[in-house]
Amino acid sequence: MDNKLIVSPSPHVHGKLSTRRLMLDVLIALLPAFAVTIFVYGIPALMVTVVSIASCVLFESLIQRFLLKQRPTIGDLSAVLTGALLAFNLPSSIPLWLVVIGALVAIGIGKMSFGGIGRNPFNPALVGRVFLLLSFPVAMTTFPSPTPDAMSGATPLTFAKEALKSGQSVSQLMDGVSYTDMLFGLKAGSLGEIAALALLIGFVYLLCRKVITWHIPVAILATIAVFTGGLYLSDPEHYLSPIYQVLNGGAILGAVYMATDYVTSPMSKKGMIIYGIGIGLITVFIRVWGAYPEGISFAILIMNAVVPLIDKYVRPTKFGAVKPVKQ
Amino acid sequence: MGRTFRRGGIHPPDNKLSAGEAIKVMPLPETVTVMLSQHIGAPSSPQVAKGDKVLAGQLIASASGFVSANIHSPVSGTVTSIDSVPDAGGTRRPAITIKVEGDEWAEGIDRSSDVRKGCSLTPSQITEKIAAAGIVGMGGATFPTHVKLSVPPGKCAEYLIINGVECEPYLTSDHRVMLERGEELLEGVRILAKALGVKHSYIGIENNKRDAQKHLEGLLAGTTDIQVVPLKVQYPQGGEKQLIDAVVRREVPSGGLPIDVAVVVQNVGTALAVYEAVQKNKPLVERVVTVTGKKLGRPSNLLVRIGTPVSALIEYCGGMPDDTGKIICGGPMMGRAMANPDAPVTKGTSGILLMSGSESLRAPAAACIRCGKCGGACPMGLQPAMLYKLARHKLFERMEAFGAQDCIECGSCSFTCPASLPLLDYIRLGKGEVMKIMRARKA
Repeated sequence: MDNKLIVSPSPHVHGKLSTRRLMLDVLIALLPAFAVTIFVYGIPALMVTVVSIASCVLFESLIQRFLLKQRPTIGDLSAVLTGALLAFNLPSSIPLWLVVIGALVAIGIGKMSFGGIGRNPFNPALVGRVFLLLSFPVAMTTFPSPTPDAMSGATPLTFAKEALKSGQSVSQLMDGVSYTDMLFGLKAGSLGEIAALALLIGFVYLLCRKVITWHIPVAILATIAVFTGGLYLSDPEHYLSPIYQVLNGGAILGAVYMATDYVTSPMSKKGMIIYGIGIGLITVFIRVWGAYPEGISFAILIMNAVVPLIDKYVRPTKFGAVKPVKQ
Repeated sequence: MGRTFRRGGIHPPDNKLSAGEAIKVMPLPETVTVMLSQHIGAPSSPQVAKGDKVLAGQLIASASGFVSANIHSPVSGTVTSIDSVPDAGGTRRPAITIKVEGDEWAEGIDRSSDVRKGCSLTPSQITEKIAAAGIVGMGGATFPTHVKLSVPPGKCAEYLIINGVECEPYLTSDHRVMLERGEELLEGVRILAKALGVKHSYIGIENNKRDAQKHLEGLLAGTTDIQVVPLKVQYPQGGEKQLIDAVVRREVPSGGLPIDVAVVVQNVGTALAVYEAVQKNKPLVERVVTVTGKKLGRPSNLLVRIGTPVSALIEYCGGMPDDTGKIICGGPMMGRAMANPDAPVTKGTSGILLMSGSESLRAPAAACIRCGKCGGACPMGLQPAMLYKLARHKLFERMEAFGAQDCIECGSCSFTCPASLPLLDYIRLGKGEVMKIMRARKA
């Protein structure tokens, strides 16, 4: 009996937390938005999601088995999450073979080429999305119209950018724009970006489950709101309102679900705030002055690259880093 | 409601199986093995020889140096050997083995249960008496108590904080002492306060021990010198630095001691031992030990003579369950896994925890996903994932810059890690190297 005793250093107990559980929680948080998108876009949205998830899982297991010869990690659900997030960043009308290519780039280049989970510097789903956006711009920016009277084929941000470019004023283009539709998802856009309210419900779930903290999403959305709010106040006929900016495009999807990817975001709370502000600023720069109507994907990828630097210089203040009290 | 410390912290399952079990006196074993090093500091030097007859409470080994402690015989009988024996970890260390014969006590020791109140000794007399009784910190750190009471010149103690937190899961010995020996405990606190010249003392108790809070508050009704501070349950609140932060909102500076913020912390068990030493002339020869485990027949709180084999305690509580995988001396967060179940109870043994085979195995480590939960859990504000990586690459100088020396080894990081990484294993290894570097620089 004595020989069977296990001797190992403390601690001798472990919490219930696992990578799988965390990924599962994010997937659960995505469900409300997924339900809305199925309701709005129907079977094509479902197909895009299924193909994206299946290809991501398949590519990860094939690469691990034949190229990297690693222990399989698809059980941790991270490939499922990458697939779901990639799908959420695609239009429902995209040809399914493009979804497969996107998944290959996301998993193959975005994740496995760096060594797999935990080692990738850039958000894999966004690597896949931006690859598709740059290579197949038409397929990536054509959206089926969710309702007969909505702005057909263009996302609210594209619609506004074109209108402003053609010399219309904000008040002209805001005719017929409904904030309620934006909140509930009745607008054109990628699968996962249309339903602001559903995404926020998922955010509350993630906060309650302590999967993420508020720092990154709030820093991003607050920066976008404050920056565009300042512009709007300076010239309301020329710049869109901050509510329009926050509710549309991938702001909420990006802030809550993409930018908070553990692997590619800072580890300290202070670092998270800096990272979030950076994403918010770059997003607004691209939206307002850049060539693209939406810029949060680029903003997140650019700030992903800065994360090692942030982690190097921004550290939590350690306990006891104070002077002793005077006696 | 309730205060707590401000940085990090976790909530492991409580599992206080023996909280409702009154303290039972463990029958005397046939032999006791008294380790000569059961405190932090120099091992004590034996004052008896093989074949000597000793009485319970008689000095058998004396402190060798200032940071050391006297050791008294816990039983009456014959010294059968003074030799190296395997300790809990299996390392051979010097010990005195005594064959138990009857239960005769040395003269002058009051073993009655009357509570003696009021102490007319001067502070230095109290400290001397505590040193003579061989009292050490009984929460597990086993730092000699008289050293803690000797406030260095230029500093003074403003508050005494009594640690009744018992934040380790499973352990209940301090809880039972507060419930059953409350009056004596409070007398011990007053003696400690007098020795330190402190006017105000606090007893920090977590809210999972409401009965202990109420009981002590009842005993303290009408007095103002001692105050019970209810604390929100959070591990590692029993850590000295965390407890000071929770109770008086002061941060012990990095590398410093509680006295640097004018505070001295003592454990509940220590305060009781101080009472017995000063008022009853009784040296530290027995202590309350929680013997527990989910599969154990009768989880209990036992009053045990120092030197009793741990295996005897387990036998007394229903015997070792068949699928026992690990025996832990202390709690599950910071306790040490025992290699040798026949090792004796020492002054620092607060509990014996038996874990089943399946509970004893660690989950296989996966890859770090940089979630930062370890940093969120660290009560010292460190970045465990970073320290872990530095230790794996043997970058010990950089570990110092990242504060490895401040790690209190509470295990919150490893407990939290979703990838089940052995964070603390590596940080502990690196911390050792950092300490060596720091000592070499000083020398």
